[in-house]
Amino acid sequence: MPLKLTVNNVVTTVDVAPDTPLLWVLRDVLNMKGTKYGCGMGVCGACTVLLAGRAVRSCMTQVSAAAGQPITTIEGLSPDGLHPVQVAWEALDVPQCGYCQAGQIMSATALLAHTPHPTDAEIDTAMSGNICRCGTYTRIRQAIHEAAGAVAANK
Amino acid sequence: MRIDRRSFLQLSALAGGGLALDFYRLPLAAAQRPAPPDLTPQAFIHIAPDGVVTIMARASESGQGMRNMLPMLIAEELDVEWKDVRVKQAELDEKIYGRQFSGGSANTPQGWEPMRRVGAAGRQLLITAAAQTWSVPEAECSTEPGRVLHKASGKSAGYGELADKAAALPAPALSSVKLKDPKDYRIIGHSQTGVDTPAVVTGKPLFGIDVEVPGMLYAAIEKAPVFAGKVKSANTDQIKALPGVRHVLVIDGGITPAAFTPWEPGMEPGIAIVADTWWQAQTARKQLKVDWDLGPAATQSSEGFRKLAAELLEAAPANTVRKYGDVDAALKSSAKVVEATYEYPFIAHVTMEPQGSTASWKDGKLEMWSTSTLPGDGVALVAKTLGIQQSDIATHMVRSGGSFGRRLQNDYLVEAAWISKQIGAPVKLLWSREDDIAHDPFRPGGTVGLKGGLDAQGKLTAWRHHLISYGEGKHLASGGGIGGDSYPAGFAPAYALYTSPQPLMLRTGALRAPGDNAYCWVAQSFLDEVAHAAGRDPLEFQLELLSNKKAPWTAGEGDAVGDHEPTGASVLIPERFKGVLELVAEKSGWANRGKQPGRGMGIAAWFCHLGYFAEVADVSVDKNNKVTVNHVWAAGDVGSQIINPQAAESMGFGGVVEGMSHMGQQITLVDGVIQQSNFHNFPLMRMRQVPKIEVYWRKTDYAPTGLGEPTLPPILPAIGNAIFAATGKRIRTLPLQKSGFSWA
Repeated sequence: MPLKLTVNNVVTTVDVAPDTPLLWVLRDVLNMKGTKYGCGMGVCGACTVLLAGRAVRSCMTQVSAAAGQPITTIEGLSPDGLHPVQVAWEALDVPQCGYCQAGQIMSATALLAHTPHPTDAEIDTAMSGNICRCGTYTRIRQAIHEAAGAVAANK
Repeated sequence: MRIDRRSFLQLSALAGGGLALDFYRLPLAAAQRPAPPDLTPQAFIHIAPDGVVTIMARASESGQGMRNMLPMLIAEELDVEWKDVRVKQAELDEKIYGRQFSGGSANTPQGWEPMRRVGAAGRQLLITAAAQTWSVPEAECSTEPGRVLHKASGKSAGYGELADKAAALPAPALSSVKLKDPKDYRIIGHSQTGVDTPAVVTGKPLFGIDVEVPGMLYAAIEKAPVFAGKVKSANTDQIKALPGVRHVLVIDGGITPAAFTPWEPGMEPGIAIVADTWWQAQTARKQLKVDWDLGPAATQSSEGFRKLAAELLEAAPANTVRKYGDVDAALKSSAKVVEATYEYPFIAHVTMEPQGSTASWKDGKLEMWSTSTLPGDGVALVAKTLGIQQSDIATHMVRSGGSFGRRLQNDYLVEAAWISKQIGAPVKLLWSREDDIAHDPFRPGGTVGLKGGLDAQGKLTAWRHHLISYGEGKHLASGGGIGGDSYPAGFAPAYALYTSPQPLMLRTGALRAPGDNAYCWVAQSFLDEVAHAAGRDPLEFQLELLSNKKAPWTAGEGDAVGDHEPTGASVLIPERFKGVLELVAEKSGWANRGKQPGRGMGIAAWFCHLGYFAEVADVSVDKNNKVTVNHVWAAGDVGSQIINPQAAESMGFGGVVEGMSHMGQQITLVDGVIQQSNFHNFPLMRMRQVPKIEVYWRKTDYAPTGLGEPTLPPILPAIGNAIFAATGKRIRTLPLQKSGFSWA
């Protein structure tokens, strides 16, 4: 069944089973590999994307439920990698293996959109759905604070 | 695709291979491995006319920073600006690059000298080219980053201008080139952002799972719920008719379950479903109806393992790994004897990127996109399994989403290659998370019986250590052996280390700091118990122990250490062990630590993979025995130089967080079936649970060594000892919940 998706401001039509998880449509139909598979049950956060500005787990979101709403993936966060969250992530060299980081960045972006200056406790709450197996949490926390400063400076 | 070997440096072979640091017993016996080749600068350095320098990263990257660390060593001695360097992942070709293995924290010690010499040889050739061009003595020439200078005449030339000329010159021997004084380092010792970080934060395709090959199909494999269970029959025709499904293949496999399961035991049986998309393959899988012949592994259970371990603990040990002094007599004459049994579970690797691989079989040749960290062995295993020549395989090395020892084994690589050869088309295999946990080469569990003796002055007199592991006879399961140098071997006045195996029909393997990730917890927790029994401060007690004259290592010792552990060569240097303990004590304020109910500090240290780490944990335990780690201090000694400081600190954070995860994890079996399936029942630490962590370095006059592993082990006993300080209760069984505790 053809479905109309708006991914990173581009409207595209996909012909897949409507219950296909958005994750696999992004990765294997639209060839956008930035969003990652980690658990397939919404408990690791590697597949996090923004759906109408909210952080959602794309492995648990049926593509039919995402149709008609703006979807933002890591590829669409900024045209040049200069979103304040990306800049902070790079400045602090957050990634180790890097596999979970797209999901971490999308969750952090959603957090900062609603809470421009989060406390450590607010960061812990917002980010505890995203697992990092390498243990980059210390740097993620630093990077969110740094990005929060940049977000404020840009306003 | 083969790499472009055209280079500005057309050199004859140079001397200077890797250091002989085979402290890991690697599979496919080291004896079968060819000697390391002579390394040549032209294999690693390519300079374009505009001066942009491309440096080849030889080792596989799974997040330890190898794509930075090794090229940084070359760039430093070549004398270029890091911003002018482009790092390119080398294809697998160990005849050119030497060993391309990443594991055992080995790349730093094995790369430190040869990689710097490769860079220095490149610089020397550029100087020679300039000196000949200007007809001046080489000795009057110098370099600044990217340029050769002749100060007397004021002449200078960029490396790009000299590249062609240098290409025609004979090369200096690597052993003869002059290396920089470390005080002149501009790259080494200065944090350089990960070369892949910009691609990571923008979501570029980088990882094994991201590989795309034209015409590629996707595969998922259904395996028996029990190790090596075989397919009797299945509804394959029905599955073939499902949407998108192209092929359904029965894998007979090549494993005969036995008491000792070797490293890379062979292909596991199963049913491969190949479809147009992975989701279609995975969806079709849900409709599979398979009649399995589960085989003998279905008789195994965690309860059975525990019962047999208890019996073996009481029996005479099967193997003696190391023994000196008369331990039994020393215990008998001790003023006090402390006895305890420690138990730790099987755990899985759970790399964030599940296992998988892409392979393309075409016209009798195989192309592989490998995330292996032991890629040379992967090629050998694929060739053997498929019955083809290694020379017919080309391997691209692709970044992986974590290894932690998992990708030292190449089972997923073999599966992808086998499927591609069967169907004659490129295929990407991906395991689901559930597959990844159920078919992991687990860190083996173990049970350890310990006895420690104290004299009337509260000094350690004897240490008896009996490990119940898995395997048969002297063949212990991979990751389940123990080295004869395992501390406090050598320092206890009388010492015995025994092992007894029980059968295990299950794949096992190395997990970050293999062996040490368990034995450090056991030995450093028990040492804390013994110190408390003596009424002594654990730090003071341990420093005293390390001051004992070290018992000599005897050749021939170390039987039954397992096939993937440190070989037991006795290289622990007590001054370094003491040094990190003293540094962490100072940083954490150990001497003045407070005493309040429900809060405590614990200290522990370890030596493994040539690195020394001591860690102190400050924990709070609430009335429901929920544990919060408030603060961790780590002090490390990995020699004279921290090569990439920010990345090194990250490895310290990572080791602490992973060690905490280990304390809450377990893999259990009922009727041969693994009971855990995903992150909800095999948890990893999350942001809210992570303490403040501080990492400190003690620089010593030893050659730099690696950080992948030694940061991890001490955190487990440091936390266990802190829980004891807070509550008076000793953690002797992991995971924590089996000792009545859990993470807050």
